[in-house]
Amino acid sequence: MSDTDTGNHAVRLEAVHKRFGDVEVLRGVDLTISRGSVACVIGPSGSGKSTLLRCINQLETIQRGRLWVGGELVGVRERQGRLYRLPPKLVARQRLRCGMVFQNFNLFAHMTALENVMEAPVGVKKVPKTEALALSRDLLGKVGLAKHADKYPSQLSGGQQQRVAIARALAMSPEIMLFDEPTSALDPELVGEVLEVMRALAADGMTMVVVTHEIGFARDVADTVHFMDEGVVVEEGPARSLLADPRHQRTKTFLSHLR
Amino acid sequence: MPTRESQAPSPSLTTGMEPENAIPVRHPGRWAAAVAVAVMSAMLWNATVNNPRMEWAIVGQYLFDPQILAGLRMTLLLTVLAMAVGLVLGTVVAVMRMSENPLVRTAAQLYVWLFRSTPLIVQLLFWFYLAAVMPTLGLGIPFGPEWITFDTSLLISQITAAVLGLGLCEAAYTAEIVRAGILSVSKGQFEAGEALGMSPRRVLARIVLPQAMRVIVPPIGNSTISMLKTTALVLVIALPDLLTAAQAIYSQNLAQIPLLTVATAWYVFIVTVLTLVQNRIERKFSAGVAGVTRSRVRRRTLTAALSGGFR
Repeated sequence: MSDTDTGNHAVRLEAVHKRFGDVEVLRGVDLTISRGSVACVIGPSGSGKSTLLRCINQLETIQRGRLWVGGELVGVRERQGRLYRLPPKLVARQRLRCGMVFQNFNLFAHMTALENVMEAPVGVKKVPKTEALALSRDLLGKVGLAKHADKYPSQLSGGQQQRVAIARALAMSPEIMLFDEPTSALDPELVGEVLEVMRALAADGMTMVVVTHEIGFARDVADTVHFMDEGVVVEEGPARSLLADPRHQRTKTFLSHLR
Repeated sequence: MPTRESQAPSPSLTTGMEPENAIPVRHPGRWAAAVAVAVMSAMLWNATVNNPRMEWAIVGQYLFDPQILAGLRMTLLLTVLAMAVGLVLGTVVAVMRMSENPLVRTAAQLYVWLFRSTPLIVQLLFWFYLAAVMPTLGLGIPFGPEWITFDTSLLISQITAAVLGLGLCEAAYTAEIVRAGILSVSKGQFEAGEALGMSPRRVLARIVLPQAMRVIVPPIGNSTISMLKTTALVLVIALPDLLTAAQAIYSQNLAQIPLLTVATAWYVFIVTVLTLVQNRIERKFSAGVAGVTRSRVRRRTLTAALSGGFR
Protein backbone atom coordinates (compact mmCIF):
# COMPACT_ATOMS: atom_id res chain seq x y z
CA MET A 1 0.00 0.00 0.00
CA SER A 2 0.89 3.63 0.18
CA ASP A 3 2.77 3.13 3.48
CA THR A 4 6.02 3.10 1.54
CA ASP A 5 5.58 6.45 -0.14
CA THR A 6 4.61 8.14 3.14
CA GLY A 7 7.84 7.13 4.84
CA ASN A 8 9.51 10.47 4.33
CA HIS A 9 6.62 12.48 5.66
CA ALA A 10 6.00 13.41 9.27
CA VAL A 11 2.28 13.80 8.68
CA ARG A 12 0.17 12.89 5.67
CA LEU A 13 -3.57 13.20 5.20
CA GLU A 14 -5.53 11.83 2.26
CA ALA A 15 -9.14 12.95 1.74
CA VAL A 16 -9.80 13.15 5.46
CA HIS A 17 -13.41 13.73 6.48
CA LYS A 18 -14.65 14.54 9.98
CA ARG A 19 -18.28 15.01 10.93
CA PHE A 20 -19.83 16.13 14.25
CA GLY A 21 -23.41 14.96 13.90
CA ASP A 22 -24.68 16.67 10.75
CA VAL A 23 -21.90 19.22 10.65
CA GLU A 24 -19.07 18.30 8.33
CA VAL A 25 -16.00 20.02 9.73
CA LEU A 26 -13.37 18.44 7.49
CA ARG A 27 -14.50 17.75 3.91
CA GLY A 28 -11.64 15.95 2.29
CA VAL A 29 -8.39 17.38 3.57
CA ASP A 30 -5.16 16.50 1.77
CA LEU A 31 -2.04 17.60 3.55
CA THR A 32 1.60 16.61 3.62
CA ILE A 33 4.15 17.82 6.11
CA SER A 34 7.73 16.71 5.68
CA ARG A 35 10.09 15.81 8.47
CA GLY A 36 11.88 18.69 10.15
CA SER A 37 9.64 21.34 8.64
CA VAL A 38 7.42 23.89 10.30
CA ALA A 39 3.89 24.10 8.92
CA CYS A 40 1.48 26.85 9.90
CA VAL A 41 -2.22 26.24 9.40
CA ILE A 42 -4.19 29.47 9.11
CA GLY A 43 -7.78 30.27 8.35
CA PRO A 44 -10.94 31.83 9.74
CA SER A 45 -12.50 30.38 12.90
CA GLY A 46 -14.68 27.38 12.14
CA SER A 47 -12.58 26.47 9.13
CA GLY A 48 -11.61 23.14 10.77
CA LYS A 49 -7.96 23.84 11.53
CA SER A 50 -8.15 22.91 15.24
CA THR A 51 -10.14 19.79 14.37
CA LEU A 52 -7.45 18.86 11.87
CA LEU A 53 -4.81 19.05 14.59
CA ARG A 54 -6.94 17.05 17.02
CA CYS A 55 -7.44 14.35 14.37
CA ILE A 56 -3.68 14.02 13.91
CA ASN A 57 -3.38 13.30 17.63
CA GLN A 58 -6.54 11.14 17.70
CA LEU A 59 -8.39 13.32 20.16
CA GLU A 60 -10.98 13.06 17.39
CA THR A 61 -11.51 10.04 15.15
CA ILE A 62 -11.90 10.55 11.42
CA GLN A 63 -14.77 9.05 9.44
CA ARG A 64 -13.27 8.86 5.98
CA GLY A 65 -9.85 9.09 4.41
CA ARG A 66 -6.41 8.06 5.63
CA LEU A 67 -4.02 9.66 8.06
CA TRP A 68 -0.39 8.72 8.61
CA VAL A 69 1.91 10.00 11.34
CA GLY A 70 5.58 9.14 10.98
CA GLY A 71 4.69 6.77 8.12
CA GLU A 72 2.31 4.80 10.35
CA LEU A 73 -1.40 4.57 9.58
CA VAL A 74 -3.25 6.22 12.46
CA GLY A 75 -6.26 4.90 14.40
CA VAL A 76 -6.90 1.85 12.24
CA ARG A 77 -5.03 -1.08 10.77
CA GLU A 78 -5.60 -2.76 7.46
CA ARG A 79 -5.83 -6.51 7.24
CA GLN A 80 -7.04 -8.61 4.30
CA GLY A 81 -8.87 -5.73 2.71
CA ARG A 82 -10.64 -4.65 5.90
CA LEU A 83 -10.00 -1.80 8.32
CA TYR A 84 -9.93 -2.50 12.05
CA ARG A 85 -9.98 0.28 14.67
CA LEU A 86 -7.04 0.17 17.05
CA PRO A 87 -7.68 -0.59 20.73
CA PRO A 88 -7.09 2.30 23.21
CA LYS A 89 -3.70 0.91 24.23
CA LEU A 90 -2.30 1.13 20.70
CA VAL A 91 -3.92 4.54 20.17
CA ALA A 92 -2.13 5.74 23.31
CA ARG A 93 1.14 4.37 21.95
CA GLN A 94 0.64 6.11 18.59
CA ARG A 95 0.01 9.38 20.40
CA LEU A 96 3.56 9.25 21.77
CA ARG A 97 4.83 10.37 18.37
CA CYS A 98 3.06 13.71 18.83
CA GLY A 99 3.34 16.31 21.56
CA MET A 100 0.35 18.58 21.88
CA VAL A 101 0.11 22.15 23.13
CA PHE A 102 -3.40 23.47 23.78
CA GLN A 103 -4.87 26.92 23.50
CA ASN A 104 -5.85 26.89 27.19
CA PHE A 105 -2.59 25.26 28.36
CA ASN A 106 -4.46 22.49 30.24
CA LEU A 107 -1.71 22.11 32.81
CA PHE A 108 -2.58 19.67 35.59
CA ALA A 109 -3.81 22.15 38.20
CA HIS A 110 -2.97 20.00 41.23
CA MET A 111 0.68 19.53 40.29
CA THR A 112 3.63 21.89 40.31
CA ALA A 113 5.31 22.87 37.04
CA LEU A 114 7.96 20.21 37.64
CA GLU A 115 5.39 17.52 38.47
CA ASN A 116 3.47 18.42 35.32
CA VAL A 117 6.57 17.79 33.19
CA MET A 118 7.56 14.60 35.06
CA GLU A 119 4.14 12.94 35.17
CA ALA A 120 4.07 11.28 31.74
CA PRO A 121 7.75 10.21 31.50
CA VAL A 122 7.48 8.49 34.90
CA GLY A 123 3.91 7.20 34.56
CA VAL A 124 3.77 6.23 30.89
CA LYS A 125 7.34 5.67 29.75
CA LYS A 126 8.47 4.32 33.15
CA VAL A 127 11.59 6.48 33.13
CA PRO A 128 13.35 6.19 36.54
CA LYS A 129 12.40 9.09 38.81
CA THR A 130 15.88 10.58 39.20
CA GLU A 131 16.38 10.52 35.44
CA ALA A 132 12.96 12.09 34.80
CA LEU A 133 13.69 14.75 37.40
CA ALA A 134 16.92 15.75 35.67
CA LEU A 135 15.20 15.73 32.27
CA SER A 136 12.30 17.84 33.54
CA ARG A 137 14.54 20.40 35.24
CA ASP A 138 16.57 20.62 32.05
CA LEU A 139 13.44 21.20 29.94
CA LEU A 140 12.05 23.82 32.32
CA GLY A 141 15.43 25.54 32.07
CA LYS A 142 15.21 25.49 28.29
CA VAL A 143 11.84 27.27 28.34
CA GLY A 144 13.26 29.76 30.85
CA LEU A 145 11.35 28.58 33.90
CA ALA A 146 14.03 26.90 36.03
CA LYS A 147 13.17 29.24 38.90
CA HIS A 148 9.46 28.43 38.76
CA ALA A 149 9.72 24.62 38.90
CA ASP A 150 7.93 24.33 42.24
CA LYS A 151 5.08 26.70 41.47
CA TYR A 152 1.54 25.61 40.75
CA PRO A 153 -0.07 26.64 37.44
CA SER A 154 -2.34 29.07 39.30
CA GLN A 155 0.77 30.95 40.42
CA LEU A 156 2.13 31.37 36.90
CA SER A 157 1.21 33.84 34.17
CA GLY A 158 -0.44 32.58 30.99
CA GLY A 159 2.82 32.81 29.08
CA GLN A 160 4.67 30.86 31.77
CA GLN A 161 1.94 28.21 31.87
CA GLN A 162 2.13 27.76 28.12
CA ARG A 163 5.91 27.37 28.31
CA VAL A 164 5.47 24.68 31.00
CA ALA A 165 2.96 23.00 28.67
CA ILE A 166 5.57 23.00 25.89
CA ALA A 167 8.16 21.49 28.26
CA ARG A 168 5.62 18.89 29.34
CA ALA A 169 5.00 17.83 25.73
CA LEU A 170 8.73 17.78 24.96
CA ALA A 171 9.40 15.52 27.97
CA MET A 172 7.97 12.59 26.01
CA SER A 173 10.50 13.30 23.20
CA PRO A 174 7.89 13.45 20.43
CA GLU A 175 8.77 13.38 16.73
CA ILE A 176 6.20 16.07 15.97
CA MET A 177 4.88 18.98 18.00
CA LEU A 178 1.29 20.09 17.46
CA PHE A 179 0.33 23.60 18.57
CA ASP A 180 -3.36 24.52 18.75
CA GLU A 181 -3.52 28.33 18.77
CA PRO A 182 -0.87 28.45 21.50
CA THR A 183 -0.95 32.22 21.92
CA SER A 184 -4.66 32.95 21.43
CA ALA A 185 -5.51 32.87 25.14
CA LEU A 186 -2.58 35.07 26.13
CA ASP A 187 -2.40 38.75 27.01
CA PRO A 188 -0.64 40.55 24.13
CA GLU A 189 2.52 41.25 26.13
CA LEU A 190 2.95 37.53 26.91
CA VAL A 191 2.70 36.28 23.32
CA GLY A 192 6.35 37.04 22.55
CA GLU A 193 7.86 34.77 25.21
CA VAL A 194 5.90 31.75 23.94
CA LEU A 195 6.73 32.44 20.28
CA GLU A 196 10.37 32.78 21.32
CA VAL A 197 10.37 29.23 22.74
CA MET A 198 8.67 27.98 19.57
CA ARG A 199 11.25 29.70 17.37
CA ALA A 200 14.04 28.00 19.33
CA LEU A 201 12.29 24.66 18.90
CA ALA A 202 12.00 25.21 15.15
CA ALA A 203 15.66 26.18 14.95
CA ASP A 204 16.45 22.85 16.67
CA GLY A 205 14.87 21.06 13.71
CA MET A 206 11.64 19.92 15.38
CA THR A 207 8.77 19.06 13.05
CA MET A 208 5.95 21.42 13.99
CA VAL A 209 2.33 21.86 12.95
CA VAL A 210 1.08 25.19 14.25
CA VAL A 211 -2.50 26.40 14.07
CA THR A 212 -2.15 30.11 14.59
CA HIS A 213 -3.31 33.64 13.87
CA GLU A 214 0.25 34.97 14.28
CA ILE A 215 1.01 35.78 10.65
CA GLY A 216 4.35 37.32 11.64
CA PHE A 217 5.43 34.04 13.19
CA ALA A 218 4.25 32.14 10.12
CA ARG A 219 6.23 34.43 7.81
CA ASP A 220 9.44 34.27 9.86
CA VAL A 221 9.49 30.67 11.06
CA ALA A 222 7.23 28.48 8.93
CA ASP A 223 8.45 26.58 5.89
CA THR A 224 4.95 26.08 4.54
CA VAL A 225 1.63 27.79 5.16
CA HIS A 226 -1.68 26.01 4.65
CA PHE A 227 -4.81 28.13 4.37
CA MET A 228 -8.01 26.35 5.35
CA ASP A 229 -11.58 27.43 4.82
CA GLU A 230 -14.85 25.53 5.21
CA GLY A 231 -13.16 22.22 5.91
CA VAL A 232 -10.68 22.06 3.04
CA VAL A 233 -7.15 23.28 2.39
CA VAL A 234 -7.78 26.09 -0.07
CA GLU A 235 -4.22 27.10 -0.75
CA GLU A 236 -0.79 26.05 0.44
CA GLY A 237 2.81 26.75 -0.34
CA PRO A 238 6.09 28.21 0.85
CA ALA A 239 5.34 30.59 3.73
CA ARG A 240 6.82 33.81 2.36
CA SER A 241 5.44 33.62 -1.14
CA LEU A 242 1.96 32.53 -0.04
CA LEU A 243 1.65 35.26 2.54
CA ALA A 244 3.09 37.94 0.26
CA ASP A 245 1.27 36.89 -2.87
CA PRO A 246 -1.82 34.73 -2.23
CA ARG A 247 -3.40 33.29 -5.38
CA HIS A 248 -6.83 32.37 -4.14
CA GLN A 249 -9.49 35.03 -3.56
CA ARG A 250 -10.50 33.62 -0.14
CA THR A 251 -6.88 33.65 1.02
CA LYS A 252 -6.53 37.25 -0.13
CA THR A 253 -9.69 38.28 1.74
CA PHE A 254 -8.60 36.48 4.92
CA LEU A 255 -5.10 37.96 4.91
CA SER A 256 -6.42 41.46 4.19
CA HIS A 257 -8.57 41.24 7.32
CA LEU A 258 -5.54 40.47 9.43
CA ARG A 259 -3.63 43.54 8.31
CA MET B 1 4.60 78.36 45.89
CA PRO B 2 1.51 80.57 45.67
CA THR B 3 -0.06 78.30 43.05
CA ARG B 4 0.49 75.28 45.30
CA GLU B 5 -1.35 76.99 48.14
CA SER B 6 -4.34 77.61 45.95
CA GLN B 7 -4.58 73.83 45.39
CA ALA B 8 -4.30 72.99 49.11
CA PRO B 9 -7.30 71.39 50.91
CA SER B 10 -10.07 73.60 52.19
CA PRO B 11 -8.86 75.70 55.18
CA SER B 12 -11.87 74.72 57.31
CA LEU B 13 -10.18 71.33 58.03
CA THR B 14 -7.93 71.71 61.05
CA THR B 15 -4.83 69.55 61.30
CA GLY B 16 -5.34 66.10 62.86
CA MET B 17 -8.91 65.85 61.62
CA GLU B 18 -8.47 62.77 59.44
CA PRO B 19 -11.02 60.03 58.57
CA GLU B 20 -9.11 57.57 60.75
CA ASN B 21 -9.99 59.71 63.77
CA ALA B 22 -13.65 60.06 62.84
CA ILE B 23 -16.25 58.95 65.41
CA PRO B 24 -17.52 55.46 64.36
CA VAL B 25 -21.18 54.68 63.67
CA ARG B 26 -22.96 53.44 66.80
CA HIS B 27 -24.68 50.02 66.70
CA PRO B 28 -27.26 49.90 69.52
CA GLY B 29 -28.91 46.85 67.93
CA ARG B 30 -25.73 44.81 68.37
CA TRP B 31 -25.67 45.54 72.08
CA ALA B 32 -29.31 44.55 72.46
CA ALA B 33 -28.65 41.28 70.61
CA ALA B 34 -25.60 40.53 72.78
CA VAL B 35 -27.63 41.06 75.96
CA ALA B 36 -30.39 38.78 74.66
CA VAL B 37 -27.89 36.02 73.81
CA ALA B 38 -26.24 36.34 77.25
CA VAL B 39 -29.56 36.09 79.09
CA MET B 40 -30.66 33.07 77.08
CA SER B 41 -27.30 31.32 77.64
CA ALA B 42 -27.66 31.87 81.37
CA MET B 43 -31.18 30.43 81.28
CA LEU B 44 -29.98 27.38 79.32
CA TRP B 45 -27.09 26.89 81.74
CA ASN B 46 -29.52 27.10 84.67
CA ALA B 47 -31.93 24.64 83.06
CA THR B 48 -29.23 22.05 82.37
CA VAL B 49 -25.98 22.35 84.28
CA ASN B 50 -27.60 23.68 87.45
CA ASN B 51 -30.58 21.35 87.14
CA PRO B 52 -30.41 18.54 89.76
CA ARG B 53 -32.82 16.45 87.65
CA MET B 54 -30.19 16.17 84.90
CA GLU B 55 -28.37 13.94 87.42
CA TRP B 56 -24.89 14.80 86.24
CA ALA B 57 -23.42 12.39 88.76
CA ILE B 58 -25.03 9.49 86.90
CA VAL B 59 -23.80 10.91 83.59
CA GLY B 60 -20.25 10.90 84.93
CA GLN B 61 -20.71 7.42 86.32
CA TYR B 62 -21.79 5.92 82.99
CA LEU B 63 -19.64 7.98 80.58
CA PHE B 64 -16.91 5.30 80.57
CA ASP B 65 -19.13 2.36 81.46
CA PRO B 66 -17.86 -0.83 79.70
CA GLN B 67 -21.24 -1.42 78.08
CA ILE B 68 -21.33 2.16 76.72
CA LEU B 69 -17.74 1.86 75.44
CA ALA B 70 -18.59 -1.46 73.75
CA GLY B 71 -21.56 0.25 72.10
CA LEU B 72 -19.30 3.13 71.03
CA ARG B 73 -16.85 0.67 69.47
CA MET B 74 -19.70 -0.94 67.54
CA THR B 75 -20.93 2.45 66.34
CA LEU B 76 -17.43 3.38 65.15
CA LEU B 77 -16.91 -0.02 63.50
CA LEU B 78 -20.20 0.24 61.62
CA THR B 79 -19.43 3.82 60.54
CA VAL B 80 -15.98 2.90 59.23
CA LEU B 81 -17.09 -0.28 57.42
CA ALA B 82 -20.24 1.27 55.95
CA MET B 83 -18.33 4.32 54.72
CA ALA B 84 -15.60 2.09 53.25
CA VAL B 85 -18.21 0.09 51.32
CA GLY B 86 -19.97 3.31 50.35
CA LEU B 87 -16.85 5.07 49.07
CA VAL B 88 -15.39 2.17 47.08
CA LEU B 89 -18.68 1.02 45.60
CA GLY B 90 -19.85 4.61 45.10
CA THR B 91 -16.75 5.47 43.08
CA VAL B 92 -17.22 2.35 40.96
CA VAL B 93 -20.88 3.22 40.33
CA ALA B 94 -19.94 6.82 39.47
CA VAL B 95 -17.38 5.65 36.90
CA MET B 96 -19.92 3.13 35.56
CA ARG B 97 -22.48 5.92 35.13
CA MET B 98 -20.02 7.74 32.90
CA SER B 99 -19.15 4.62 30.88
CA GLU B 100 -19.59 4.54 27.12
CA ASN B 101 -21.37 1.19 27.40
CA PRO B 102 -25.11 1.98 27.64
CA LEU B 103 -25.84 -1.24 29.54
CA VAL B 104 -23.25 -0.46 32.22
CA ARG B 105 -24.50 3.12 32.42
CA THR B 106 -28.09 1.99 32.86
CA ALA B 107 -27.13 -0.55 35.51
CA ALA B 108 -25.44 2.18 37.54
CA GLN B 109 -28.45 4.45 37.10
CA LEU B 110 -30.82 1.70 38.27
CA TYR B 111 -28.64 1.07 41.31
CA VAL B 112 -28.75 4.72 42.36
CA TRP B 113 -32.48 4.87 41.67
CA LEU B 114 -33.29 1.75 43.69
CA PHE B 115 -31.21 2.52 46.76
CA ARG B 116 -32.23 6.15 46.94
CA SER B 117 -35.92 5.40 46.65
CA THR B 118 -36.31 3.01 49.61
CA PRO B 119 -36.11 4.00 53.30
CA LEU B 120 -32.83 2.93 54.86
CA ILE B 121 -34.64 1.24 57.72
CA VAL B 122 -36.45 -0.99 55.20
CA GLN B 123 -33.13 -1.87 53.55
CA LEU B 124 -31.63 -2.80 56.94
CA LEU B 125 -34.54 -5.08 57.78
CA PHE B 126 -34.44 -6.53 54.27
CA TRP B 127 -30.78 -7.58 54.56
CA PHE B 128 -31.43 -8.91 58.05
CA TYR B 129 -34.28 -11.13 56.80
CA LEU B 130 -32.54 -12.04 53.51
CA ALA B 131 -32.51 -15.69 54.54
CA ALA B 132 -36.28 -15.78 54.10
CA VAL B 133 -35.93 -15.00 50.36
CA MET B 134 -32.67 -16.79 49.63
CA PRO B 135 -32.09 -19.58 52.13
CA THR B 136 -28.68 -20.41 50.66
CA LEU B 137 -25.96 -18.41 48.93
CA GLY B 138 -23.35 -20.12 46.82
CA LEU B 139 -20.23 -19.62 44.78
CA GLY B 140 -20.22 -21.22 41.36
CA ILE B 141 -21.24 -20.82 37.73
CA PRO B 142 -24.37 -18.66 37.32
CA PHE B 143 -27.37 -20.95 36.71
CA GLY B 144 -24.88 -23.85 36.82
CA PRO B 145 -23.25 -25.96 39.51
CA GLU B 146 -22.27 -24.37 42.84
CA TRP B 147 -18.90 -25.15 44.43
CA ILE B 148 -19.55 -23.79 47.89
CA THR B 149 -22.93 -23.20 49.47
CA PHE B 150 -23.59 -21.11 52.58
CA ASP B 151 -26.57 -21.00 54.85
CA THR B 152 -27.73 -17.39 54.43
CA SER B 153 -28.89 -16.99 58.02
CA LEU B 154 -25.39 -17.95 59.21
CA LEU B 155 -23.54 -15.83 56.63
CA ILE B 156 -25.59 -12.67 57.13
CA SER B 157 -24.99 -11.88 60.78
CA GLN B 158 -26.40 -8.72 62.32
CA ILE B 159 -23.15 -6.87 61.60
CA THR B 160 -23.06 -7.99 57.96
CA ALA B 161 -26.68 -6.98 57.54
CA ALA B 162 -25.96 -3.58 59.07
CA VAL B 163 -22.81 -2.97 56.97
CA LEU B 164 -24.60 -4.09 53.79
CA GLY B 165 -27.68 -1.99 54.54
CA LEU B 166 -25.77 1.16 55.49
CA GLY B 167 -22.95 0.75 52.95
CA LEU B 168 -24.99 -0.10 49.86
CA CYS B 169 -27.32 2.81 50.49
CA GLU B 170 -24.39 5.15 51.12
CA ALA B 171 -22.83 4.03 47.82
CA ALA B 172 -25.84 5.33 45.91
CA TYR B 173 -25.39 8.81 47.38
CA THR B 174 -21.60 8.70 47.15
CA ALA B 175 -21.87 7.80 43.46
CA GLU B 176 -23.63 11.08 42.78
CA ILE B 177 -21.09 13.03 44.82
CA VAL B 178 -18.16 11.44 42.99
CA ARG B 179 -19.87 11.99 39.64
CA ALA B 180 -20.31 15.67 40.47
CA GLY B 181 -16.62 15.80 41.36
CA ILE B 182 -15.53 14.19 38.09
CA LEU B 183 -17.81 16.52 36.11
CA SER B 184 -16.20 19.50 37.85
CA VAL B 185 -12.84 18.70 36.21
CA SER B 186 -12.57 20.35 32.80
CA LYS B 187 -12.46 18.28 29.62
CA GLY B 188 -9.08 19.82 28.82
CA GLN B 189 -7.53 17.93 31.74
CA PHE B 190 -8.67 14.58 30.28
CA GLU B 191 -7.39 15.59 26.84
CA ALA B 192 -4.04 16.79 28.13
CA GLY B 193 -3.56 13.43 29.85
CA GLU B 194 -4.58 11.44 26.78
CA ALA B 195 -2.37 13.56 24.52
CA LEU B 196 0.57 12.52 26.70
CA GLY B 197 -0.18 8.88 25.95
CA MET B 198 -1.84 8.04 29.29
CA SER B 199 -4.44 5.29 29.37
CA PRO B 200 -7.98 6.36 30.31
CA ARG B 201 -7.59 4.60 33.65
CA ARG B 202 -4.35 6.41 34.37
CA VAL B 203 -5.91 9.77 33.46
CA LEU B 204 -8.73 9.05 35.90
CA ALA B 205 -6.47 7.97 38.74
CA ARG B 206 -3.67 10.52 38.40
CA ILE B 207 -5.29 13.58 36.86
CA VAL B 208 -9.05 13.64 37.30
CA LEU B 209 -9.84 12.06 40.67
CA PRO B 210 -7.21 14.05 42.63
CA GLN B 211 -8.72 17.26 41.29
CA ALA B 212 -12.27 16.03 41.80
CA MET B 213 -11.44 15.45 45.48
CA ARG B 214 -11.72 19.16 46.17
CA VAL B 215 -15.39 18.98 45.25
CA ILE B 216 -15.91 15.50 46.72
CA VAL B 217 -14.45 15.87 50.23
CA PRO B 218 -16.88 18.39 51.83
CA PRO B 219 -20.06 16.42 51.02
CA ILE B 220 -18.34 13.12 51.92
CA GLY B 221 -17.42 14.66 55.29
CA ASN B 222 -21.06 15.52 55.63
CA SER B 223 -22.16 11.98 54.88
CA THR B 224 -19.58 10.48 57.25
CA ILE B 225 -20.92 12.60 60.09
CA SER B 226 -24.43 11.74 59.04
CA MET B 227 -23.49 8.03 58.90
CA LEU B 228 -22.16 8.09 62.47
CA LYS B 229 -25.60 9.08 63.68
CA THR B 230 -27.53 6.97 61.18
CA THR B 231 -25.90 3.84 62.62
CA ALA B 232 -28.31 4.33 65.55
CA LEU B 233 -30.92 2.83 63.22
CA VAL B 234 -29.37 -0.62 63.71
CA LEU B 235 -31.38 -0.94 66.87
CA VAL B 236 -34.13 -2.33 64.58
CA ILE B 237 -31.96 -5.39 64.00
CA ALA B 238 -30.89 -5.49 67.66
CA LEU B 239 -27.23 -4.61 67.22
CA PRO B 240 -25.64 -3.30 70.43
CA ASP B 241 -24.47 0.14 69.23
CA LEU B 242 -23.96 3.23 71.38
CA LEU B 243 -27.62 4.24 71.56
CA THR B 244 -28.79 0.65 72.10
CA ALA B 245 -26.31 0.30 74.98
CA ALA B 246 -27.64 3.48 76.61
CA GLN B 247 -31.19 2.23 76.19
CA ALA B 248 -30.33 -1.15 77.65
CA ILE B 249 -28.93 0.51 80.76
CA TYR B 250 -31.76 2.97 81.31
CA SER B 251 -34.38 0.26 80.82
CA GLN B 252 -33.02 -1.19 84.07
CA ASN B 253 -32.09 1.88 86.15
CA LEU B 254 -34.72 4.20 84.63
CA ALA B 255 -32.18 7.05 84.35
CA GLN B 256 -33.24 7.91 80.78
CA ILE B 257 -32.05 11.50 80.55
CA PRO B 258 -28.56 10.92 82.05
CA LEU B 259 -27.90 7.97 79.72
CA LEU B 260 -29.18 9.78 76.67
CA THR B 261 -26.84 12.61 77.72
CA VAL B 262 -23.96 10.11 77.83
CA ALA B 263 -24.76 8.96 74.29
CA THR B 264 -25.11 12.57 73.13
CA ALA B 265 -21.73 13.50 74.62
CA TRP B 266 -20.01 10.69 72.74
CA TYR B 267 -21.72 11.54 69.42
CA VAL B 268 -20.71 15.20 69.81
CA PHE B 269 -17.13 14.24 70.65
CA ILE B 270 -16.75 11.94 67.61
CA VAL B 271 -18.33 14.47 65.26
CA THR B 272 -15.89 17.10 66.53
CA VAL B 273 -12.96 14.80 65.77
CA LEU B 274 -14.38 13.98 62.32
CA THR B 275 -14.77 17.69 61.55
CA LEU B 276 -11.11 18.30 62.35
CA VAL B 277 -10.07 15.35 60.17
CA GLN B 278 -12.20 16.71 57.32
CA ASN B 279 -10.53 20.13 57.55
CA ARG B 280 -7.15 18.47 57.32
CA ILE B 281 -8.10 16.39 54.28
CA GLU B 282 -9.58 19.45 52.55
CA ARG B 283 -6.32 21.33 53.00
CA LYS B 284 -4.37 18.43 51.53
CA PHE B 285 -6.42 18.46 48.33
CA SER B 286 -6.50 22.24 47.99
CA ALA B 287 -2.90 22.26 46.71
CA GLY B 288 -2.69 24.20 43.45
CA VAL B 289 -5.91 26.12 44.01
CA ALA B 290 -5.32 29.84 43.42
CA GLY B 291 -2.64 30.87 45.87
CA VAL B 292 -2.48 27.71 47.98
CA THR B 293 0.86 25.93 47.88
CA ARG B 294 1.78 22.83 49.78
CA SER B 295 4.07 24.68 52.18
CA ARG B 296 1.32 27.14 52.94
CA VAL B 297 -1.07 24.24 53.47
CA ARG B 298 1.34 22.77 56.00
CA ARG B 299 1.89 26.09 57.72
CA ARG B 300 -1.82 26.69 58.05
CA THR B 301 -2.38 23.26 59.54
CA LEU B 302 0.45 23.92 62.00
CA THR B 303 -0.96 27.27 63.13
CA ALA B 304 -4.34 25.67 63.51
CA ALA B 305 -2.85 22.96 65.72
CA LEU B 306 -0.94 25.48 67.83
CA SER B 307 -3.95 27.69 68.36
CA GLY B 308 -5.97 24.77 69.67
CA GLY B 309 -7.28 23.53 66.34
CA PHE B 310 -10.46 25.53 66.00
CA ARG B 311 -11.73 29.05 66.37
